[in-house]
Amino acid sequence: MIADTAPAVRERPGRVGESAPRPDGVPKVRGEFAYSSDLYAEGMLWGATVRSTQVHARVRSVDVSAAWATPGVRAVITASDVPGSAHYGLDSDDQPVFAAGVVRHVGEPIAAIAADRPETARLAASRVVVDYEPLAPLLDPEESLTAEPIHPNGNVFRHLPIRKGDPDAVGDVVVEGTYTTGMQDQAFLGPESGLAIPDDDGGGVELFISTQWLHIDRDQVAACLGLPPDKVRLTLSGVGGAFGAREDISLQVHVCLLALVTARPVKMVYSREESFLGHVHRHPARMWYRHHATHDGVLVKVEARLLLDGGAYLSSSHHVLGNAASFAVGPYRVPNVVIDSWNVRTNNPPCGAMRGFGVVQACFGHESQMDKLARALGRDPVELRLMNALGPGDTGVTGQRITGTLPMAEVIARTAALPMPPDLDDEPPMLALPGGAGRTADRARVVRGVGFAANYKNLMYAEGFDDFSTARCRIEHGVVTIDCACAEVGQGFVTIALQIAREVLRIDEVVLAPANTAEVGSAGSTSASRQTWMSGGAVEAACTAARDRVLAEVAGRVGLPVSDLDLRGDRVVSRDGRIDLTMTEAIEGLVVDEVREFHHARTHPFDEHGQGDAHVSFAGAAHRAVVDVDLDLGLVRVVQIATAQDVGRALNPLSVGGQIEGGVAQGLGLALMEEILVDDGRIRNASFTDYLVPTALDAPEVVWSLIEEPEPGAPFGAKGVGEPPVVSSTPAIVSAIRAATGLDLTRVPVRPEDLALGGREHGL
Amino acid sequence: MSVAIPETLEEALQVAAADPEVQVLAGGTDLMVEVNFGYRRPASVCALHRIAELHAQRQDDGEVVIGAMTTYHDMERGVIAAALPGLAQAGRTVGSPQIRNAGTVGGNLATASPAGDTLPVLMALDSTVVVASVAGRREVPISDFLVGPKRNALGPGELIVEVRVPHLRGPQEFLKVGARNAMVIAVCSLALVVDLERRRVACALGSVGPTVLRAFEAEERAAQEIDWQTGRLGDPAFAPEFGRLVAAAARPIDDHRSTAGYRRHAIGVLAERALRRSA
Repeated sequence: MIADTAPAVRERPGRVGESAPRPDGVPKVRGEFAYSSDLYAEGMLWGATVRSTQVHARVRSVDVSAAWATPGVRAVITASDVPGSAHYGLDSDDQPVFAAGVVRHVGEPIAAIAADRPETARLAASRVVVDYEPLAPLLDPEESLTAEPIHPNGNVFRHLPIRKGDPDAVGDVVVEGTYTTGMQDQAFLGPESGLAIPDDDGGGVELFISTQWLHIDRDQVAACLGLPPDKVRLTLSGVGGAFGAREDISLQVHVCLLALVTARPVKMVYSREESFLGHVHRHPARMWYRHHATHDGVLVKVEARLLLDGGAYLSSSHHVLGNAASFAVGPYRVPNVVIDSWNVRTNNPPCGAMRGFGVVQACFGHESQMDKLARALGRDPVELRLMNALGPGDTGVTGQRITGTLPMAEVIARTAALPMPPDLDDEPPMLALPGGAGRTADRARVVRGVGFAANYKNLMYAEGFDDFSTARCRIEHGVVTIDCACAEVGQGFVTIALQIAREVLRIDEVVLAPANTAEVGSAGSTSASRQTWMSGGAVEAACTAARDRVLAEVAGRVGLPVSDLDLRGDRVVSRDGRIDLTMTEAIEGLVVDEVREFHHARTHPFDEHGQGDAHVSFAGAAHRAVVDVDLDLGLVRVVQIATAQDVGRALNPLSVGGQIEGGVAQGLGLALMEEILVDDGRIRNASFTDYLVPTALDAPEVVWSLIEEPEPGAPFGAKGVGEPPVVSSTPAIVSAIRAATGLDLTRVPVRPEDLALGGREHGL
Repeated sequence: MSVAIPETLEEALQVAAADPEVQVLAGGTDLMVEVNFGYRRPASVCALHRIAELHAQRQDDGEVVIGAMTTYHDMERGVIAAALPGLAQAGRTVGSPQIRNAGTVGGNLATASPAGDTLPVLMALDSTVVVASVAGRREVPISDFLVGPKRNALGPGELIVEVRVPHLRGPQEFLKVGARNAMVIAVCSLALVVDLERRRVACALGSVGPTVLRAFEAEERAAQEIDWQTGRLGDPAFAPEFGRLVAAAARPIDDHRSTAGYRRHAIGVLAERALRRSA
């Protein structure tokens, strides 16, 4: 890690703007952190899931008798045992708790089992006999547009047209291209897991779970169990990564229902293979673009068609498409836009949220096009991007004016100016060359390339959704406790919440209570780069209210108006000098309990032309990639990624750096290796042996620089920082490989054979 | 499930004789994957890790004797690294440090995967696998030991005791292509051994056939092209021809890790590069 100013890790509890260390950092590194898969309760049973082996089939019957007859089995449940809603979903209840009648993808749950031992549960699961009548599978998203519906809700999840300006405008220079992206997986390390404990009276259940949004899980679980929401209580347990894959329900309903049916605690943990089957992935996309520009390089018009494969169920496909379309041309001024975009249902594995949420796919398309346009114009690709860079006052493709900060030109210019790595040595160590530990490289056949890409993305939910957050600040017995149901999934809210609370209250000792649904209202999802802003804003508001109460109490004790009190550093002082206390002293004996909801500025749905102020705020980043390519073997080593990012204000620079480095690694994964291979609806690489994520040897040096222009309306001016790093790192790497090889490279991941054989293996 | 944890080879052979279906556990890096996926549910297991003699490596009279429980980690140092650099290189390409601490040469041989990383090196060195049962020992040339994809020549009740590898004078190279820079299953791999004493070249190929293959024609041509006084190629332009000959010896398939076309191409590139480094 190289930063403009190396963040200093401070030993004392940090305030806003300091690189406070994560409280869970050392335990995680030492293997001492308790993840949800480590949960245990006295007398607990183990759950297992029976899953569809068919891509698309009618279920004639499900015979559970042999499973029931297995010694040690305590419960076998199927669709007919679901007491409440038979379906669930984030946007529409289109996904069955257990398939009944029809299965629409491989891995779809059909039954669940609770047994004394995990092995017994799995054995019994293998004894459930499902009689299938195969149906014709729908696997091609283009065919889905016109095919017979495979679900009562139809095949087209969403068609979103965008029309802006003059559809007939024509540029002097026109470039066209077709691009595809593969199905990436979030590849979190902690598999889906949870522990459900039934209430003694059987009237409710407590669930300890890894998730991204406790309250929406609670509402869906309660609906499926036929219970009022307050009879289902969720507590966040240790989350081993999320990246969007924990937005949807996986085992939540199953494990709670098993607990209620058996009146015993039940634990479920997915295996790695099951995890690949049990959560949504990043939508594969096919994208066609035509860019028009003047001879001088000014963008005139962009035409695009985007087609995303949403798989068998809706999940968040509707909004993934809204994002892909909103950001389809990238962070550039484009006066005329003609975009059509679709997200469709197939019998492929369901796709949904993943870090970058639709913008990742579009960015690979528009940035490939910007490079192509630069070549056609004979211009420097960075200069072309600078010339067209979007900024405050400009409008995006949906007609929304940028009213906050968005220093895209500065982002692009600063990224380009970051120091380059040294040239490759004549005799570098083998591990530093493409191929790494495999010792395959021949220095004479290794060529270096440099590429560039930029992106901007929305923060928070969109299209009129009020994704508020709630926080509570309690002061009692001289102890400050913050309650917020924000799911800590690794992003660092546990640090940020405390920094904000300390900053506002001027007290170092603050406790963040475990996130749950019982003590506080919804915090919304840990998604969309939104929690620093939304839950950070809620914590700031609750703490400010609590601080005001404390000041009022202190002033009231001596009969002064509160306006006579000032905060000087960590001290409360009165103008007449009668009061001079630390805040820690001031709260002694006080009981304060303040709850605040934080709402962002209102947004609006798109109109029939895809126009509207659908988004709250925007953040940008650019990436410059330096790669070494083995020309003969098509192996790549990413040497360096340089990036400047628009962060509003870095509340914790160390944590921002972690998001940047992690996002770059995930973007590198999509560029070079991460792909769920689906053949005839079946995943062929559901393991970390064959679903490859970058190793330490693949991770590049990351040089980063933060651009801090405080954002109006955001707590302390801080924008979300989690997604921009992943969005344009992928196209920057592919751009660099194109520079090294001269190849077109229209799909990611780029495979060795695409480089070594020029794509002729795959008909590219 | 019963688990036997013998302290001596003799005890282990007794276990194997009494229960020919017993699942042998060496490092577990293949077996546990199969168990976790539910592909295998052994009724009985015989764990070998306590048998001291299987962990030994020693240099004997012109050969290196490698105990079956020698780990990949062990191969990267000591007598193996000094005498068999190709095997050390192959060991380094296996998995992560944790996997290299667990996985063993005996396990790699027994699994007999065409992607087994030590196998091309052992094949190019004409190694001999020593197997034993209660009936006694026998020595099996490695080319006879690896009989097919995931099939070996072990008979009922037989265990791998050690592998005997000739200690040659001359360069050894192991190269492996994967889709990331470490911790990856071979898309293809190649071992090249130049024997300066016997004036021979050996080249063995991994992941491009049902089992590890030798490129005999390429080997013979290379032996003719090397000036054995200097150990260098008479004409460096032979290297690409060597690559073509090796590629022609490959019998690759398409699978989820790569394509047959890329594998054939890449194995040729590896061959050319290995020969340039070695001669």
